[in-house]
Amino acid sequence: MSAVPSHALQPILDVRGVHKRFGGVEALKGVSLSLHPGEVVALAGDNGAGKSTLTKMISGVYPADDGEISLDGKVVRFATPEAAREAGIETIYQDLALADNLSIGANIFLGREPMRRALGVLPVLDRAKMASAAKDTMARLDFHVDRLDAPVGRFSGGQRQAVAIGRAIYWDARVILMDEPTAALGVPEQRKVLSLIQSLKAQGRGVIFISHNLQDIFAVADRIVVLRRGSLAGERRIGQTTHDEVVKLMIGG
Amino acid sequence: MASLTPSQVLNDRASRGSLSRVLLLAARLRAWLFLLLLLVLFEVWAQVSYGASFMFSSYNAQSIAVFAVAPLLLALGETFVIIAGGIDLSVGFIMGLSAVISAQGANIAGSYMPAFPAMLAGIAAGLLVSLIPGAVNGWLISKLKVPPFIGTLGMFGVARGVAFLLAAGTTVPVTNSDFAYLGNGRVLGFPLVVVITVLFLLLMSYILGQTRFGQHTYAVGASEQAAVRAGINVGRHTRKLYLLSALCAGLGGVLYTARFTAGAAQAGEPLLLDSIAAVVIGGASLFGGSGTILGTVAGSLVIAVIQYGLVFIDVEPFWQFVAVGVVIIISVLVDQTQRKLGGDR
Repeated sequence: MSAVPSHALQPILDVRGVHKRFGGVEALKGVSLSLHPGEVVALAGDNGAGKSTLTKMISGVYPADDGEISLDGKVVRFATPEAAREAGIETIYQDLALADNLSIGANIFLGREPMRRALGVLPVLDRAKMASAAKDTMARLDFHVDRLDAPVGRFSGGQRQAVAIGRAIYWDARVILMDEPTAALGVPEQRKVLSLIQSLKAQGRGVIFISHNLQDIFAVADRIVVLRRGSLAGERRIGQTTHDEVVKLMIGG
Repeated sequence: MASLTPSQVLNDRASRGSLSRVLLLAARLRAWLFLLLLLVLFEVWAQVSYGASFMFSSYNAQSIAVFAVAPLLLALGETFVIIAGGIDLSVGFIMGLSAVISAQGANIAGSYMPAFPAMLAGIAAGLLVSLIPGAVNGWLISKLKVPPFIGTLGMFGVARGVAFLLAAGTTVPVTNSDFAYLGNGRVLGFPLVVVITVLFLLLMSYILGQTRFGQHTYAVGASEQAAVRAGINVGRHTRKLYLLSALCAGLGGVLYTARFTAGAAQAGEPLLLDSIAAVVIGGASLFGGSGTILGTVAGSLVIAVIQYGLVFIDVEPFWQFVAVGVVIIISVLVDQTQRKLGGDR
Protein backbone atom coordinates (compact mmCIF):
# COMPACT_ATOMS: atom_id res chain seq x y z
CA MET A 1 0.00 0.00 0.00
CA SER A 2 2.52 2.54 -1.06
CA ALA A 3 0.06 5.40 -0.77
CA VAL A 4 2.55 8.15 -1.44
CA PRO A 5 1.98 8.97 -5.09
CA SER A 6 4.75 9.33 -7.57
CA HIS A 7 5.33 12.88 -8.68
CA ALA A 8 5.59 11.67 -12.22
CA LEU A 9 1.78 11.70 -12.17
CA GLN A 10 0.04 14.88 -13.12
CA PRO A 11 -1.47 16.56 -10.07
CA ILE A 12 -5.30 16.77 -10.00
CA LEU A 13 -5.09 20.20 -8.47
CA ASP A 14 -2.30 22.69 -8.97
CA VAL A 15 -2.37 26.07 -7.28
CA ARG A 16 0.31 28.46 -8.57
CA GLY A 17 1.31 31.67 -6.83
CA VAL A 18 -2.13 32.85 -5.73
CA HIS A 19 -2.55 36.24 -4.11
CA LYS A 20 -5.56 37.57 -2.25
CA ARG A 21 -6.07 41.01 -0.79
CA PHE A 22 -8.94 42.14 1.43
CA GLY A 23 -8.76 45.93 1.47
CA GLY A 24 -5.34 46.75 2.89
CA VAL A 25 -4.73 43.26 4.22
CA GLU A 26 -2.78 40.83 2.07
CA ALA A 27 -4.27 37.50 3.12
CA LEU A 28 -2.27 35.39 0.69
CA LYS A 29 1.07 36.39 -0.80
CA GLY A 30 1.79 34.01 -3.64
CA VAL A 31 1.05 30.54 -2.31
CA SER A 32 1.49 27.36 -4.37
CA LEU A 33 0.15 23.92 -3.62
CA SER A 34 -0.31 20.71 -5.58
CA LEU A 35 -2.46 17.68 -4.90
CA HIS A 36 -2.16 14.25 -6.55
CA PRO A 37 -4.75 11.50 -6.91
CA GLY A 38 -4.88 9.40 -3.74
CA GLU A 39 -2.98 11.98 -1.77
CA VAL A 40 -3.90 13.57 1.55
CA VAL A 41 -2.43 17.01 2.16
CA ALA A 42 -2.77 18.66 5.54
CA LEU A 43 -2.98 22.43 5.61
CA ALA A 44 -1.66 23.80 8.87
CA GLY A 45 -0.89 27.21 10.27
CA ASP A 46 -1.83 29.62 13.02
CA ASN A 47 -5.06 31.62 12.98
CA GLY A 48 -4.91 34.18 10.19
CA ALA A 49 -2.22 32.27 8.30
CA GLY A 50 -4.47 32.08 5.21
CA LYS A 51 -5.68 28.47 5.35
CA SER A 52 -9.35 29.32 5.02
CA THR A 53 -8.72 31.93 2.35
CA LEU A 54 -6.76 29.40 0.31
CA THR A 55 -9.44 26.70 0.55
CA LYS A 56 -12.15 29.23 -0.24
CA MET A 57 -10.31 30.23 -3.39
CA ILE A 58 -10.03 26.61 -4.45
CA SER A 59 -13.74 26.01 -3.74
CA GLY A 60 -14.87 29.04 -5.73
CA VAL A 61 -15.94 31.30 -2.85
CA TYR A 62 -13.40 34.00 -3.78
CA PRO A 63 -11.57 34.60 -7.04
CA ALA A 64 -7.77 34.87 -6.88
CA ASP A 65 -6.33 38.39 -7.38
CA ASP A 66 -3.27 36.93 -9.01
CA GLY A 67 -1.89 33.47 -9.79
CA GLU A 68 -3.80 30.51 -11.17
CA ILE A 69 -5.50 27.28 -10.23
CA SER A 70 -5.47 24.28 -12.58
CA LEU A 71 -7.54 21.15 -12.46
CA ASP A 72 -6.13 18.21 -14.45
CA GLY A 73 -3.66 20.55 -16.09
CA LYS A 74 -6.30 23.00 -17.29
CA VAL A 75 -6.49 26.49 -15.79
CA VAL A 76 -9.88 27.07 -14.16
CA ARG A 77 -11.65 30.11 -12.75
CA PHE A 78 -14.72 29.37 -10.69
CA ALA A 79 -17.28 32.15 -10.43
CA THR A 80 -19.29 30.38 -7.74
CA PRO A 81 -18.96 27.43 -5.34
CA GLU A 82 -21.50 25.61 -7.54
CA ALA A 83 -19.14 25.88 -10.51
CA ALA A 84 -16.32 24.39 -8.43
CA ARG A 85 -18.59 21.59 -7.30
CA GLU A 86 -19.61 20.87 -10.89
CA ALA A 87 -15.92 20.51 -11.71
CA GLY A 88 -15.49 17.95 -8.92
CA ILE A 89 -14.29 20.02 -5.98
CA GLU A 90 -16.42 19.42 -2.89
CA THR A 91 -16.03 21.18 0.46
CA ILE A 92 -16.96 19.54 3.74
CA TYR A 93 -17.56 21.91 6.62
CA GLN A 94 -17.24 20.95 10.23
CA ASP A 95 -20.75 22.16 10.95
CA LEU A 96 -23.89 23.53 9.32
CA ALA A 97 -23.56 21.48 6.18
CA LEU A 98 -26.48 19.10 6.65
CA ALA A 99 -30.22 19.60 7.02
CA ASP A 100 -30.81 17.75 10.30
CA ASN A 101 -34.47 17.08 9.61
CA LEU A 102 -33.84 15.25 6.34
CA SER A 103 -32.71 11.69 5.72
CA ILE A 104 -29.25 10.68 4.52
CA GLY A 105 -30.53 10.29 0.97
CA ALA A 106 -32.27 13.67 1.01
CA ASN A 107 -29.05 15.29 2.23
CA ILE A 108 -26.92 13.62 -0.43
CA PHE A 109 -29.28 14.92 -3.10
CA LEU A 110 -30.08 18.28 -1.48
CA GLY A 111 -30.44 20.84 -4.26
CA ARG A 112 -30.15 18.10 -6.94
CA GLU A 113 -33.10 15.87 -6.08
CA PRO A 114 -33.99 13.09 -8.54
CA MET A 115 -37.57 13.04 -9.79
CA ARG A 116 -39.75 10.28 -11.19
CA ARG A 117 -43.20 10.23 -12.78
CA ALA A 118 -45.93 8.80 -10.58
CA LEU A 119 -48.61 7.06 -12.67
CA GLY A 120 -46.65 8.12 -15.72
CA VAL A 121 -47.54 11.79 -15.40
CA LEU A 122 -47.09 13.46 -12.04
CA PRO A 123 -43.47 14.40 -11.23
CA VAL A 124 -42.60 13.38 -7.67
CA LEU A 125 -39.39 13.05 -5.65
CA ASP A 126 -37.73 9.71 -6.29
CA ARG A 127 -37.32 8.70 -2.64
CA ALA A 128 -36.51 5.09 -3.52
CA LYS A 129 -33.55 6.23 -5.61
CA MET A 130 -32.36 8.57 -2.84
CA ALA A 131 -32.61 5.79 -0.26
CA SER A 132 -30.77 3.21 -2.36
CA ALA A 133 -28.04 5.70 -3.29
CA ALA A 134 -27.68 6.53 0.39
CA LYS A 135 -27.33 2.88 1.25
CA ASP A 136 -24.77 2.14 -1.48
CA THR A 137 -22.74 5.27 -0.83
CA MET A 138 -22.56 4.74 2.90
CA ALA A 139 -21.60 1.10 2.31
CA ARG A 140 -18.62 2.33 0.25
CA LEU A 141 -17.50 4.13 3.39
CA ASP A 142 -18.07 0.93 5.34
CA PHE A 143 -21.06 2.43 7.13
CA HIS A 144 -24.12 0.22 7.03
CA VAL A 145 -27.37 2.03 7.46
CA ASP A 146 -30.30 0.25 8.99
CA ARG A 147 -32.80 3.13 8.98
CA LEU A 148 -32.70 5.05 5.75
CA ASP A 149 -35.64 7.27 6.64
CA ALA A 150 -34.23 8.58 9.94
CA PRO A 151 -33.33 12.28 9.97
CA VAL A 152 -29.57 12.83 10.16
CA GLY A 153 -30.02 14.92 13.30
CA ARG A 154 -30.42 11.61 15.11
CA PHE A 155 -26.89 10.48 14.24
CA SER A 156 -23.69 11.30 16.08
CA GLY A 157 -21.17 13.93 14.97
CA GLY A 158 -18.87 11.43 13.28
CA GLN A 159 -21.72 9.73 11.50
CA ARG A 160 -22.95 13.10 10.25
CA GLN A 161 -19.45 13.85 9.01
CA ALA A 162 -19.66 10.51 7.17
CA VAL A 163 -22.91 11.59 5.54
CA ALA A 164 -21.26 14.81 4.35
CA ILE A 165 -18.36 12.80 2.95
CA GLY A 166 -20.87 10.40 1.39
CA ARG A 167 -22.41 13.33 -0.46
CA ALA A 168 -19.00 14.20 -1.92
CA ILE A 169 -18.41 10.59 -2.99
CA TYR A 170 -21.84 10.17 -4.54
CA TRP A 171 -21.26 13.21 -6.75
CA ASP A 172 -17.86 11.83 -7.57
CA ALA A 173 -15.78 14.69 -6.21
CA ARG A 174 -12.10 14.21 -7.01
CA VAL A 175 -10.83 16.96 -4.76
CA ILE A 176 -12.29 17.08 -1.28
CA LEU A 177 -11.59 20.03 0.99
CA MET A 178 -12.24 19.44 4.67
CA ASP A 179 -12.27 22.27 7.18
CA GLU A 180 -11.35 20.98 10.64
CA PRO A 181 -13.19 17.70 10.08
CA THR A 182 -12.41 16.37 13.54
CA ALA A 183 -12.63 19.56 15.59
CA ALA A 184 -16.09 19.12 17.08
CA LEU A 185 -15.79 15.40 17.75
CA GLY A 186 -14.92 13.05 20.58
CA VAL A 187 -11.91 10.75 20.27
CA PRO A 188 -13.66 7.61 18.92
CA GLU A 189 -15.51 9.78 16.42
CA GLN A 190 -12.25 11.43 15.34
CA ARG A 191 -10.88 7.96 14.58
CA LYS A 192 -13.92 7.24 12.41
CA VAL A 193 -13.39 10.40 10.42
CA LEU A 194 -9.70 9.64 9.95
CA SER A 195 -10.66 6.21 8.65
CA LEU A 196 -13.05 7.90 6.22
CA ILE A 197 -10.19 10.04 4.93
CA GLN A 198 -8.26 6.79 4.40
CA SER A 199 -11.12 5.42 2.31
CA LEU A 200 -11.19 8.56 0.18
CA LYS A 201 -7.47 8.18 -0.42
CA ALA A 202 -7.87 4.50 -1.29
CA GLN A 203 -10.48 5.50 -3.88
CA GLY A 204 -7.89 7.72 -5.58
CA ARG A 205 -9.41 11.05 -4.58
CA GLY A 206 -7.31 13.97 -3.42
CA VAL A 207 -7.97 15.36 0.04
CA ILE A 208 -6.90 18.69 1.51
CA PHE A 209 -7.73 19.04 5.14
CA ILE A 210 -7.27 21.95 7.48
CA SER A 211 -6.38 20.89 10.97
CA HIS A 212 -4.84 22.16 14.15
CA ASN A 213 -4.41 18.66 15.45
CA LEU A 214 -0.90 17.37 14.71
CA GLN A 215 -1.87 13.89 15.88
CA ASP A 216 -4.53 13.71 13.18
CA ILE A 217 -2.21 15.18 10.59
CA PHE A 218 0.50 12.63 11.30
CA ALA A 219 -2.07 9.81 11.32
CA VAL A 220 -3.46 10.34 7.80
CA ALA A 221 -1.63 12.97 5.78
CA ASP A 222 1.03 12.22 3.18
CA ARG A 223 2.29 15.77 3.16
CA ILE A 224 1.88 18.80 5.31
CA VAL A 225 1.81 22.34 3.98
CA VAL A 226 2.35 25.04 6.59
CA LEU A 227 1.24 28.62 6.01
CA ARG A 228 2.37 31.60 8.03
CA ARG A 229 0.97 35.11 7.59
CA GLY A 230 -0.17 34.46 4.05
CA SER A 231 3.00 32.79 2.79
CA LEU A 232 4.23 29.25 2.49
CA ALA A 233 6.29 28.58 5.62
CA GLY A 234 7.27 25.11 4.56
CA GLU A 235 6.20 21.83 3.03
CA ARG A 236 7.22 18.40 4.36
CA ARG A 237 6.53 14.73 3.68
CA ILE A 238 5.05 13.26 6.85
CA GLY A 239 7.67 10.50 7.02
CA GLN A 240 10.48 13.05 6.98
CA THR A 241 9.39 15.48 9.66
CA THR A 242 8.49 15.67 13.32
CA HIS A 243 5.88 17.42 15.45
CA ASP A 244 8.56 19.81 16.70
CA GLU A 245 9.62 20.83 13.24
CA VAL A 246 6.02 21.47 12.17
CA VAL A 247 5.34 23.58 15.24
CA LYS A 248 8.48 25.63 14.46
CA LEU A 249 7.27 26.19 10.90
CA MET A 250 3.88 27.31 12.20
CA ILE A 251 5.11 29.82 14.77
CA GLY A 252 8.18 30.89 12.80
CA GLY A 253 11.58 31.79 14.15
CA MET B 1 -4.59 0.66 8.22
CA ALA B 2 -7.28 -1.98 8.64
CA SER B 3 -7.65 -1.02 12.26
CA LEU B 4 -8.70 2.42 11.14
CA THR B 5 -11.61 1.20 9.07
CA PRO B 6 -13.89 -0.72 11.40
CA SER B 7 -17.22 -1.69 9.92
CA GLN B 8 -19.94 0.34 11.52
CA VAL B 9 -23.66 0.48 11.62
CA LEU B 10 -25.43 3.81 11.55
CA ASN B 11 -28.04 3.42 14.23
CA ASP B 12 -30.37 5.82 15.90
CA ARG B 13 -28.60 7.20 18.90
CA ALA B 14 -31.23 5.74 21.18
CA SER B 15 -32.63 2.29 20.63
CA ARG B 16 -35.78 2.74 22.60
CA GLY B 17 -38.23 0.54 24.41
CA SER B 18 -41.67 -0.09 23.01
CA LEU B 19 -43.38 2.19 25.56
CA SER B 20 -41.42 5.24 24.51
CA ARG B 21 -41.96 4.33 20.87
CA VAL B 22 -45.71 4.42 21.51
CA LEU B 23 -45.35 7.75 23.32
CA LEU B 24 -43.38 9.25 20.46
CA LEU B 25 -45.95 8.06 17.97
CA ALA B 26 -48.69 9.58 20.14
CA ALA B 27 -46.75 12.85 20.28
CA ARG B 28 -46.44 12.89 16.51
CA LEU B 29 -50.13 12.23 16.01
CA ARG B 30 -51.20 14.55 18.80
CA ALA B 31 -53.41 16.74 16.63
CA TRP B 32 -55.44 13.72 15.51
CA LEU B 33 -55.64 12.47 19.11
CA PHE B 34 -56.88 15.88 20.25
CA LEU B 35 -59.46 15.80 17.50
CA LEU B 36 -60.62 12.31 18.47
CA LEU B 37 -60.84 13.29 22.13
CA LEU B 38 -62.89 16.38 21.32
CA LEU B 39 -65.26 14.45 19.06
CA VAL B 40 -65.81 11.79 21.74
CA LEU B 41 -66.37 14.48 24.37
CA PHE B 42 -68.94 16.37 22.30
CA GLU B 43 -70.58 13.13 21.18
CA VAL B 44 -71.08 11.96 24.78
CA TRP B 45 -72.36 15.38 25.77
CA ALA B 46 -74.78 15.49 22.83
CA GLN B 47 -76.07 11.97 23.54
CA VAL B 48 -76.55 12.65 27.25
CA SER B 49 -78.03 16.14 27.00
CA TYR B 50 -79.99 16.05 23.76
CA GLY B 51 -80.21 12.36 22.89
CA ALA B 52 -78.78 13.35 19.47
CA SER B 53 -75.49 12.69 17.73
CA PHE B 54 -72.81 15.36 17.34
CA MET B 55 -70.47 13.99 14.78
CA PHE B 56 -72.81 11.68 12.91
CA SER B 57 -75.08 14.57 12.01
CA SER B 58 -74.35 15.58 8.44
CA TYR B 59 -75.50 19.10 9.27
CA ASN B 60 -72.90 19.43 12.02
CA ALA B 61 -70.15 17.79 9.96
CA GLN B 62 -70.80 20.12 7.02
CA SER B 63 -71.05 23.18 9.21
CA ILE B 64 -67.70 22.38 10.80
CA ALA B 65 -66.13 21.79 7.38
CA VAL B 66 -67.44 25.08 5.97
CA PHE B 67 -66.40 26.81 9.17
CA ALA B 68 -62.86 25.41 8.86
CA VAL B 69 -62.35 26.49 5.24
CA ALA B 70 -60.97 30.02 5.71
CA PRO B 71 -58.66 29.35 8.68
CA LEU B 72 -57.42 26.21 6.93
CA LEU B 73 -56.56 28.09 3.73
CA LEU B 74 -54.55 30.64 5.69
CA ALA B 75 -52.92 27.84 7.66
CA LEU B 76 -51.86 25.97 4.51
CA GLY B 77 -49.67 28.83 3.33
CA GLU B 78 -48.53 29.52 6.86
CA THR B 79 -47.39 25.88 7.12
CA PHE B 80 -44.83 26.38 4.36
CA VAL B 81 -43.61 29.66 5.84
CA ILE B 82 -43.32 28.25 9.37
CA ILE B 83 -41.53 25.09 8.19
CA ALA B 84 -38.98 27.35 6.50
CA GLY B 85 -38.44 29.11 9.83
CA GLY B 86 -40.46 32.25 9.04
CA ILE B 87 -43.83 33.61 10.02
CA ASP B 88 -46.45 35.52 8.05
CA LEU B 89 -48.58 37.85 10.17
CA SER B 90 -50.12 39.60 7.19
CA VAL B 91 -52.33 36.75 5.93
CA GLY B 92 -55.48 37.88 7.76
CA PHE B 93 -55.58 41.25 6.06
CA ILE B 94 -54.33 39.93 2.73
CA MET B 95 -57.46 37.78 2.90
CA GLY B 96 -59.53 40.90 3.64
CA LEU B 97 -57.90 42.78 0.78
CA SER B 98 -58.60 39.92 -1.61
CA ALA B 99 -62.21 39.69 -0.39
CA VAL B 100 -62.78 43.41 -1.09
CA ILE B 101 -60.98 43.39 -4.45
CA SER B 102 -62.74 40.27 -5.72
CA ALA B 103 -66.13 41.74 -4.77
CA GLN B 104 -65.37 45.04 -6.48
CA GLY B 105 -63.78 43.29 -9.44
CA ALA B 106 -66.81 41.07 -10.01
CA ASN B 107 -69.14 44.07 -9.70
CA ILE B 108 -67.20 46.24 -12.13
CA ALA B 109 -66.75 43.41 -14.63
CA GLY B 110 -70.45 42.58 -14.23
CA SER B 111 -71.43 45.78 -15.98
CA TYR B 112 -69.52 44.72 -19.13
CA MET B 113 -70.05 40.96 -19.30
CA PRO B 114 -72.27 38.08 -18.17
CA ALA B 115 -72.15 36.77 -14.60
CA PHE B 116 -69.76 33.85 -15.11
CA PRO B 117 -66.84 35.66 -16.77
CA ALA B 118 -67.43 38.57 -14.40
CA MET B 119 -67.03 36.19 -11.48
CA LEU B 120 -63.81 34.84 -12.98
CA ALA B 121 -62.53 38.39 -13.41
CA GLY B 122 -63.32 39.11 -9.76
CA ILE B 123 -61.52 35.96 -8.62
CA ALA B 124 -58.49 36.74 -10.78
CA ALA B 125 -58.37 40.31 -9.46
CA GLY B 126 -58.54 39.12 -5.83
CA LEU B 127 -55.81 36.52 -6.31
CA LEU B 128 -53.51 38.80 -8.31
CA VAL B 129 -53.79 41.70 -5.88
CA SER B 130 -53.04 39.38 -2.96
CA LEU B 131 -49.72 38.58 -4.61
CA ILE B 132 -48.58 42.21 -4.23
CA PRO B 133 -48.24 42.20 -0.42
CA GLY B 134 -46.80 38.67 -0.69
CA ALA B 135 -44.13 39.89 -3.12
CA VAL B 136 -43.30 42.83 -0.86
CA ASN B 137 -43.02 40.53 2.17
CA GLY B 138 -40.62 38.25 0.33
CA TRP B 139 -38.55 41.17 -0.92
CA LEU B 140 -38.30 42.75 2.54
CA ILE B 141 -37.28 39.47 4.13
CA SER B 142 -34.92 38.08 1.49
CA LYS B 143 -33.32 41.25 0.11
CA LEU B 144 -33.48 43.77 2.94
CA LYS B 145 -33.06 41.09 5.63
CA VAL B 146 -36.00 42.40 7.64
CA PRO B 147 -37.01 39.78 10.24
CA PRO B 148 -40.19 38.01 9.03
CA PHE B 149 -42.07 38.94 12.20
CA ILE B 150 -41.46 42.65 11.60
CA GLY B 151 -41.79 42.70 7.82
CA THR B 152 -45.11 40.89 7.79
CA LEU B 153 -46.36 42.88 10.79
CA GLY B 154 -45.78 46.00 8.72
CA MET B 155 -47.63 44.42 5.80
CA PHE B 156 -50.44 43.48 8.23
CA GLY B 157 -50.95 47.21 8.79
CA VAL B 158 -50.58 48.22 5.15
CA ALA B 159 -52.95 45.55 3.81
CA ARG B 160 -55.45 46.36 6.55
CA GLY B 161 -55.44 50.07 5.77
CA VAL B 162 -55.64 49.62 2.01
CA ALA B 163 -58.46 47.08 2.30
CA PHE B 164 -60.56 49.41 4.48
CA LEU B 165 -59.78 52.39 2.22
CA LEU B 166 -60.83 50.49 -0.90
CA ALA B 167 -64.01 49.31 0.78
CA ALA B 168 -64.60 52.85 2.07
CA GLY B 169 -64.94 51.43 5.55
CA THR B 170 -67.92 49.23 4.77
CA THR B 171 -68.58 45.82 3.21
CA VAL B 172 -68.87 45.52 -0.56
CA PRO B 173 -71.99 43.54 -1.54
CA VAL B 174 -71.79 41.31 -4.63
CA THR B 175 -74.76 40.93 -6.91
CA ASN B 176 -73.20 38.26 -9.13
CA SER B 177 -75.35 35.11 -8.88
CA ASP B 178 -72.59 32.76 -10.05
CA PHE B 179 -70.30 34.08 -7.35
CA ALA B 180 -73.02 33.39 -4.78
CA TYR B 181 -73.38 29.86 -6.15
CA LEU B 182 -69.63 29.31 -5.78
CA GLY B 183 -69.91 30.08 -2.08
CA ASN B 184 -73.14 28.31 -1.32
CA GLY B 185 -73.70 25.68 -4.01
CA ARG B 186 -73.04 21.96 -3.78
CA VAL B 187 -71.48 19.27 -5.91
CA LEU B 188 -72.52 15.67 -5.26
CA GLY B 189 -74.05 16.87 -2.01
CA PHE B 190 -70.85 18.50 -0.73
CA PRO B 191 -70.52 22.26 -0.25
CA LEU B 192 -68.58 23.64 -3.20
CA VAL B 193 -66.23 25.69 -0.99
CA VAL B 194 -65.28 22.52 0.89
CA VAL B 195 -64.61 20.65 -2.36
CA ILE B 196 -62.41 23.49 -3.64
CA THR B 197 -60.52 23.60 -0.34
CA VAL B 198 -59.96 19.84 -0.33
CA LEU B 199 -58.59 19.95 -3.89
CA PHE B 200 -56.36 22.87 -2.96
CA LEU B 201 -55.04 21.12 0.16
CA LEU B 202 -54.23 18.03 -1.90
CA LEU B 203 -52.22 20.28 -4.22
CA MET B 204 -50.40 21.85 -1.25
CA SER B 205 -49.74 18.42 0.23
CA TYR B 206 -48.23 17.33 -3.09
CA ILE B 207 -46.04 20.45 -3.29
CA LEU B 208 -44.76 20.11 0.27
CA GLY B 209 -44.29 16.36 0.27
CA GLN B 210 -43.35 15.43 -3.28
CA THR B 211 -41.54 18.29 -4.98
CA ARG B 212 -38.10 19.89 -4.77
CA PHE B 213 -39.79 23.07 -3.60
CA GLY B 214 -41.20 21.23 -0.58
CA GLN B 215 -37.92 19.48 0.14
CA HIS B 216 -36.03 22.77 0.00
CA THR B 217 -38.58 24.34 2.34
CA TYR B 218 -37.69 21.77 4.99
CA ALA B 219 -33.97 22.23 4.33
CA VAL B 220 -34.14 26.03 4.64
CA GLY B 221 -36.01 25.65 7.93
CA ALA B 222 -33.47 23.21 9.32
CA SER B 223 -30.39 25.18 8.35
CA GLU B 224 -30.30 28.09 5.96
CA GLN B 225 -26.52 27.70 5.79
CA ALA B 226 -26.79 24.05 4.78
CA ALA B 227 -29.31 24.98 2.09
CA VAL B 228 -27.02 27.70 0.71
CA ARG B 229 -24.07 25.31 0.67
CA ALA B 230 -26.17 22.75 -1.19
CA GLY B 231 -26.64 25.34 -3.93
CA ILE B 232 -30.24 26.26 -3.11
CA ASN B 233 -31.11 29.89 -3.91
CA VAL B 234 -32.52 30.64 -0.46
CA GLY B 235 -33.53 34.21 -1.29
CA ARG B 236 -35.58 33.17 -4.30
CA HIS B 237 -37.08 30.32 -2.31
CA THR B 238 -38.11 32.71 0.47
CA ARG B 239 -39.78 35.03 -2.04
CA LYS B 240 -41.78 32.12 -3.46
CA LEU B 241 -42.84 31.07 0.05
CA TYR B 242 -44.37 34.45 0.88
CA LEU B 243 -46.06 34.59 -2.52
CA LEU B 244 -47.56 31.17 -1.84
CA SER B 245 -48.72 32.22 1.62
CA ALA B 246 -50.34 35.35 0.17
CA LEU B 247 -51.98 33.31 -2.58
CA CYS B 248 -53.53 30.97 -0.01
CA ALA B 249 -54.84 34.00 1.89
CA GLY B 250 -56.11 35.44 -1.40
CA LEU B 251 -58.05 32.26 -2.10
CA GLY B 252 -59.46 32.48 1.42
CA GLY B 253 -60.66 36.00 0.65
CA VAL B 254 -62.26 34.99 -2.65
CA LEU B 255 -64.16 32.12 -0.99
CA TYR B 256 -65.23 34.45 1.83
CA THR B 257 -66.73 36.87 -0.67
CA ALA B 258 -68.42 33.97 -2.45
CA ARG B 259 -69.92 32.58 0.76
CA PHE B 260 -71.23 35.85 2.18
CA THR B 261 -71.84 37.53 -1.22
CA ALA B 262 -69.94 40.48 0.15
CA GLY B 263 -66.29 41.43 0.52
CA ALA B 264 -65.18 42.74 3.89
CA ALA B 265 -61.79 44.17 4.86
CA GLN B 266 -62.05 42.51 8.27
CA ALA B 267 -62.83 39.09 6.72
CA GLY B 268 -59.63 37.51 7.99
CA GLU B 269 -59.08 39.60 11.07
CA PRO B 270 -59.87 36.92 13.68
CA LEU B 271 -58.27 34.16 11.63
CA LEU B 272 -54.57 35.00 11.80
CA LEU B 273 -53.98 33.55 15.25
CA ASP B 274 -56.27 30.61 14.54
CA SER B 275 -54.25 29.77 11.44
CA ILE B 276 -50.91 29.94 13.27
CA ALA B 277 -52.44 27.90 16.10
CA ALA B 278 -53.62 25.29 13.60
CA VAL B 279 -50.11 24.92 12.20
CA VAL B 280 -48.58 24.61 15.67
CA ILE B 281 -51.23 22.19 16.96
CA GLY B 282 -50.65 20.24 13.75
CA GLY B 283 -47.09 19.55 14.87
CA ALA B 284 -45.00 22.22 13.16
CA SER B 285 -42.30 23.87 15.20
CA LEU B 286 -42.06 27.66 15.26
CA PHE B 287 -38.28 27.15 15.12
CA GLY B 288 -38.72 25.77 11.61
CA GLY B 289 -37.81 22.50 9.98
CA SER B 290 -40.88 20.44 10.79
CA GLY B 291 -44.57 20.26 10.01
CA THR B 292 -46.94 18.62 7.55
CA ILE B 293 -50.06 19.54 5.61
CA LEU B 294 -51.95 16.64 7.18
CA GLY B 295 -51.00 17.92 10.64
CA THR B 296 -52.23 21.41 9.74
CA VAL B 297 -55.52 19.95 8.52
CA ALA B 298 -55.92 18.18 11.87
CA GLY B 299 -54.96 21.36 13.73
CA SER B 300 -57.55 23.39 11.78
CA LEU B 301 -60.23 20.79 12.49
CA VAL B 302 -59.36 20.79 16.21
CA ILE B 303 -59.97 24.54 16.33
CA ALA B 304 -63.13 24.36 14.23
CA VAL B 305 -64.54 21.52 16.36
CA ILE B 306 -63.79 23.39 19.59
CA GLN B 307 -65.44 26.56 18.29
CA TYR B 308 -68.47 24.86 16.79
CA GLY B 309 -68.79 22.25 19.52
CA LEU B 310 -68.84 24.72 22.38
CA VAL B 311 -71.61 26.66 20.68
CA PHE B 312 -73.40 23.38 20.02
CA ILE B 313 -73.39 22.40 23.70
CA ASP B 314 -74.44 25.91 24.57
CA VAL B 315 -71.40 27.01 26.52
CA GLU B 316 -70.61 30.74 26.63
CA PRO B 317 -68.74 31.34 23.36
CA PHE B 318 -65.83 33.01 25.15
CA TRP B 319 -64.76 29.63 26.48
CA GLN B 320 -63.57 28.75 22.99
CA PHE B 321 -60.66 31.18 23.34
CA VAL B 322 -59.70 29.48 26.60
CA ALA B 323 -59.99 26.01 25.08
CA VAL B 324 -57.95 26.86 21.95
CA GLY B 325 -55.33 28.56 24.12
CA VAL B 326 -54.99 25.50 26.35
CA VAL B 327 -54.66 23.20 23.33
CA ILE B 328 -51.89 25.40 21.86
CA ILE B 329 -49.93 25.36 25.12
CA ILE B 330 -50.28 21.60 25.54
CA SER B 331 -49.22 21.11 21.95
CA VAL B 332 -46.07 23.20 22.33
CA LEU B 333 -45.20 21.43 25.59
CA VAL B 334 -45.53 18.06 23.85
CA ASP B 335 -43.29 19.35 21.03
CA GLN B 336 -40.59 20.49 23.47
CA THR B 337 -40.65 17.22 25.41
CA GLN B 338 -40.41 15.29 22.19
CA ARG B 339 -37.37 17.34 21.14
CA LYS B 340 -35.68 16.67 24.44
CA LEU B 341 -36.25 12.97 23.93
CA GLY B 342 -34.74 13.34 20.46
CA GLY B 343 -37.68 11.89 18.60
CA ASP B 344 -38.71 12.46 15.03
CA ARG B 345 -39.79 16.00 14.57
